[in-house]
Amino acid sequence: MSEQIKKFLYLNRRAPYGTIYAWESLEVVLIGAAFDQKVSLAFVDDGVFEIVKGQDTSESGFKNFSPTYAALGDYDVNQLFVEKESLEERGLSIDDLMHLTWEDEDEDWAEKDSIRVVSRSELSEIMADQDVVFSF
Amino acid sequence: MAIEADGKSFETDEEGYLVNLNDWIPGIAAVMAKEDDLELTDEHWEIINFLREYYEEYQIAPAVRVLTKAVGKRMGKDKGNSKYLYSLFPYGPGKQACRFAGLPKPTGCI
Repeated sequence: MSEQIKKFLYLNRRAPYGTIYAWESLEVVLIGAAFDQKVSLAFVDDGVFEIVKGQDTSESGFKNFSPTYAALGDYDVNQLFVEKESLEERGLSIDDLMHLTWEDEDEDWAEKDSIRVVSRSELSEIMADQDVVFSF
Repeated sequence: MAIEADGKSFETDEEGYLVNLNDWIPGIAAVMAKEDDLELTDEHWEIINFLREYYEEYQIAPAVRVLTKAVGKRMGKDKGNSKYLYSLFPYGPGKQACRFAGLPKPTGCI
């Protein structure tokens, strides 16, 4: 392809269930990953709940799609930014999140962390550096 | 639409994918394969079973690129390549093998 590779950031800011935004965002990411673009995700505000571990939706009637985030590494999506302030405001830390990893084929499938906790000001710099930001 | 296997009828969507994932029995794959003029071998079943495990773990049917990579990691490069997978599933290892495995159409399949 002659087109330039662009940087796409998917901004996730809502709780995983109750609205369709979180699942729609994840589906768009997986579909979009088929194209040769540089894709990253950011979780801010209630969006941090999307990747909290131990989700149980059995009482809600929603499908628990949280296992699908673990497939992102297979789709070469391995940059997940989580805003530090959003975690703290909700009494959460990185230990409350799923351990999401990707495997580096060039280093004999070495497992590497996908999640990076960043401050609000770091995240605004990351966002400013993108070609496209999708907000969900 | 529906498909008959082992004396029972199973609902399928307009593209022939099984509607209820939990309905799946191996006989369904065999009937679907026959309709596509394919005879299922151990090599086919290896991929079909792999896809079912993948869905069980991640709740999605992988895109063909992802499937190829995952098969390569699990079973080695001689199987984790599109030439091998297309030789087993000529209509596309993502679409056809997922259909045989009772999974939905792969996410990211365009």
